[in-house]
Amino acid sequence: MIATVTGERARVEQDVAVAVRGLTRGFGGPNVLDRISFNIAQGEFVALLGRSGSGKSTLLRTLAGLDPAPAETLVVPGGRAVVFQEPRLLPWKRVWKNVALGLRGPGVKPRALAALEEVELGHRTNAWPLTLSGGEAQRAALARALVREPQLLLLDEPFASLDALTRLRMQSLVAALWQAHRPAVLLVTHDVDEALLLADRVMVLDGGKIAVDTRVELERPRAHEDAKFNRLRRELLAALGVH
Amino acid sequence: MSDAVFDRPLARPLASLRVLRQVNAALRRAYVPIGILVVWQAASFAGYTSVQTFPPPSAIAVSFWQLLTSGQLLTNILVSLTRVFFGLGIGVGVGTGLALISGLSRIGEDAVDSTVQMLRTLPHLALIPLMIMWFGIGETPKITLIALGSTFPIYLNLFSGIRGADRKLREAAGTLGLSRFETILNVVLPAALPSFLVGLRQAFGIAWITLVVAEQINADAGIGYMVMNARDFLRTDIIFVGLLMYALLGLVTDQAVRFLEKHLLAWRPNYLANGAAR
Repeated sequence: MIATVTGERARVEQDVAVAVRGLTRGFGGPNVLDRISFNIAQGEFVALLGRSGSGKSTLLRTLAGLDPAPAETLVVPGGRAVVFQEPRLLPWKRVWKNVALGLRGPGVKPRALAALEEVELGHRTNAWPLTLSGGEAQRAALARALVREPQLLLLDEPFASLDALTRLRMQSLVAALWQAHRPAVLLVTHDVDEALLLADRVMVLDGGKIAVDTRVELERPRAHEDAKFNRLRRELLAALGVH
Repeated sequence: MSDAVFDRPLARPLASLRVLRQVNAALRRAYVPIGILVVWQAASFAGYTSVQTFPPPSAIAVSFWQLLTSGQLLTNILVSLTRVFFGLGIGVGVGTGLALISGLSRIGEDAVDSTVQMLRTLPHLALIPLMIMWFGIGETPKITLIALGSTFPIYLNLFSGIRGADRKLREAAGTLGLSRFETILNVVLPAALPSFLVGLRQAFGIAWITLVVAEQINADAGIGYMVMNARDFLRTDIIFVGLLMYALLGLVTDQAVRFLEKHLLAWRPNYLANGAAR
């Protein structure tokens, strides 16, 4: 399950999907990430909040393997998938071919079609990506990630450029897909409500450190009207510097 | 997409109108050239132009027919086409190869790009004397010149297309577990295809120009030979037929590239808008 286990990291508990130990990243100036440590359990949904430039995307990119990191600071599963803020579909491949991209083994097409069915895109499997709406394209990107059955799903502000109604639909879709497949999820967002609606646990990144790491002990499905929801919301906004 | 509109009862009779409109759209490009021909013929008929030096379209049509039925025209066209076919084939092959080498690796760029850029500044037609010295007056210098001329537009466009491939898409392909080779095949090359086709169009243009020049030197067959021969016999009408053939061949090849674009780039918004999407 765990791809890179070295030395004392071998003692990391069985049910841990991600282990970060003293991860530091800098681009010349002050460190963007400064000796960060945390775990994500298997099947756990973690939301990572932070202001622009707080390093949350850097952290996600490091976990995705897009930015380099010393092996001893990071334990991540081999099966990872990323959904970016933009869908990043290949415009010259039909939607289902985009989903099937990089899949190995038999039954690639049926698997891709099933994944598209799951994100309610069964009717657009043969379309060109540039004919999709923003929400459809992002659902296709979600299908492309999920069809790989990742142990870790990395979501980099995936709903940020969608309109408000589409965003709500996408959020409940992601919640349902997570319930069905149970990957560990790291959702990078700057939307506090989104984090509280979806996540088991919310972390706030500030000044290169994890300033807040709190469990969200709320029944699902969650509602904005809930008093506890609102209290958590105020706490997190305060941590983000909004009062 | 637009079918939904035509399913409405009121709009249904418009379907035949749509066909008419499509025919009209296809013909629209021909209106002005036809107009010019009519004026030209009328001018000759009215005696404004000399039949000897500026023959009317009808006279050109007659000699066109004679050349066609005698088989001369087709033979010469075939010779010219063969030159372009081989020259362009070599040029596109070499240009593509060089662009792949220098586009896909830094080492390749260091090795290839500066040399190609230097050679590019040299007008390839200036090499004609050298070509004759090296290769004589047969087919080789003609084909070599065409190959030389068409290499550079292919190289330049494909190189910039490869380098311009969206970094974000390459990154996404990496997270999907595509190898470097698969990424090149699925992401980089398709992204560079539009630029390549632009290069192909330019290469065709240069190939025809080069052909015209190359064929007027020591040729014993081809459209250029036919034209030079006609000049010796003061047959202006045959010269016009030759010019017409050059224009026609240029047009045909341009249409061929357009056709290629329409099919290879069917995913692009400008083609999608025409309803070619579904």
